[in-house]
Amino acid sequence: MSLLERLQQFTQQHVTTDTDSMAPLDAVIEHLYSATEGSIKGRRTILVGTNNYLGLTFDNQCINANHQATRTYGTGTTGSRLANGSYAGHQELEQELAVFYGVDHSIVFSTGYTANLGMISALVSKGDTIILDEHCHASIYDGCKLSGADIIHFRHNNAEDLDKRLRRLGDKTSTTLVIIEGIYSMLGDRGNLREIVAVKQKYDALLLVDEAHSLGVLGESGRGLSQESGVEEHVDFITGTFSKSLAGIGGFCVSQHPELEVIRYTSRPYIFTASPSPGTIASIRAALEIIRNNPCLREQLWENASWLYNGLKSLGYDLSPEVSPVIAVNVGERVNALTMWKKLFDRGVYVNLVMPPATPNSKCLLRCSVSAAHTHAQLNVVLDAFASFQTPTLKKQLA
Amino acid sequence: MTNDADAILSDVIKLLSQFIKQDIEITESQHLMGELELDSVMVMELMMELEDHFDISIPLNSLPDVNTVSDLATEISKLKNQ
Repeated sequence: MSLLERLQQFTQQHVTTDTDSMAPLDAVIEHLYSATEGSIKGRRTILVGTNNYLGLTFDNQCINANHQATRTYGTGTTGSRLANGSYAGHQELEQELAVFYGVDHSIVFSTGYTANLGMISALVSKGDTIILDEHCHASIYDGCKLSGADIIHFRHNNAEDLDKRLRRLGDKTSTTLVIIEGIYSMLGDRGNLREIVAVKQKYDALLLVDEAHSLGVLGESGRGLSQESGVEEHVDFITGTFSKSLAGIGGFCVSQHPELEVIRYTSRPYIFTASPSPGTIASIRAALEIIRNNPCLREQLWENASWLYNGLKSLGYDLSPEVSPVIAVNVGERVNALTMWKKLFDRGVYVNLVMPPATPNSKCLLRCSVSAAHTHAQLNVVLDAFASFQTPTLKKQLA
Repeated sequence: MTNDADAILSDVIKLLSQFIKQDIEITESQHLMGELELDSVMVMELMMELEDHFDISIPLNSLPDVNTVSDLATEISKLKNQ
């Protein structure tokens, strides 16, 4: 089969050509009315699949900071920091992140994806070992692959299973990196960090925690699961993204290890990418300040998460394991998932349609992400849309 | 094939049978992702089961050359004897 034939085969299997039907990739947002509502295909739609956890995309401070920096420094940096040099804003954001996390070292990457790719591929290499939770995000897998290290999974959130796999490595544990997430992106459950830290300490391995979905969401000051679990000093590297709670784009790594600074010279995804634009950096700095000073946003987020989770539960849905801003509704077969996704869309509700192999346990999921900016009225519309599947006729159609 | 290799192949087939959907007899020449229709998630689960059964580490990156049931058993023999 030729390269183009392979792509054609993919199109036949995955892309709809029926002009009346609607596929997730066709969901172009034409207008945004707020952080939680937009227009898709001319329909006013509540957005419940954006990861905009604190609803800061339309925050005035962030927008003004972005405007001002763009006017002052221009629209882009047009190259990498190693080649073109850093802007003052890059360094100021790194200092502010380090202060926020209470560590000495911080690096900013151009996306969350490249933060994981860049950190993992620079920390370990051929002959080393990575042990990662089986539910880790694709960016972590890609970083592992790029590193050339041996890749071993452990069972999701199972510290005992991690212990067993570390034991098998014998004296190789000193060149082993363990990777988990703060909140797992598909099922929204927390990492079992306290127990995992105990195991990694026992074997003297290094630990990287990706707090992409937990920054601004967990912990007393929003630093994530490491803070909530009270084990920050035992986490060697924290990576994260600016594209969720911080409502921009970019990624970062913070650490108490001074060796983090070497990554700037050894990480290809850091070196060979244009650095974040001045406007982006400025809006992230403003958003970080908001997270630091407004714990009420986190409280509102959790209240909304409970509202939607408990509402869906009372409708009888098979849900992800715990109340979380990421709520996954297990909808079984692919055809069911597509039908339900489309019907939700027709009722003005946009959620994420997630299919295997991107999902754990080969399940099809309708993934909802809750925002502090959602109103209860909006969440009730979402619940009503899910409740519509409870009618006998629809239940029969979906059976 | 030595007795040890035979035993490994037999154990691999036994564990593999828990993962395949079809009711067919598994032979050493069958392709894991082709004829046996294992997807990437199932392969991951299978590897963790095999690791526990044989008490070894099977790095994912050791798998690109593993296509058939027999390849998998050979790889496990190799890792067991390291």
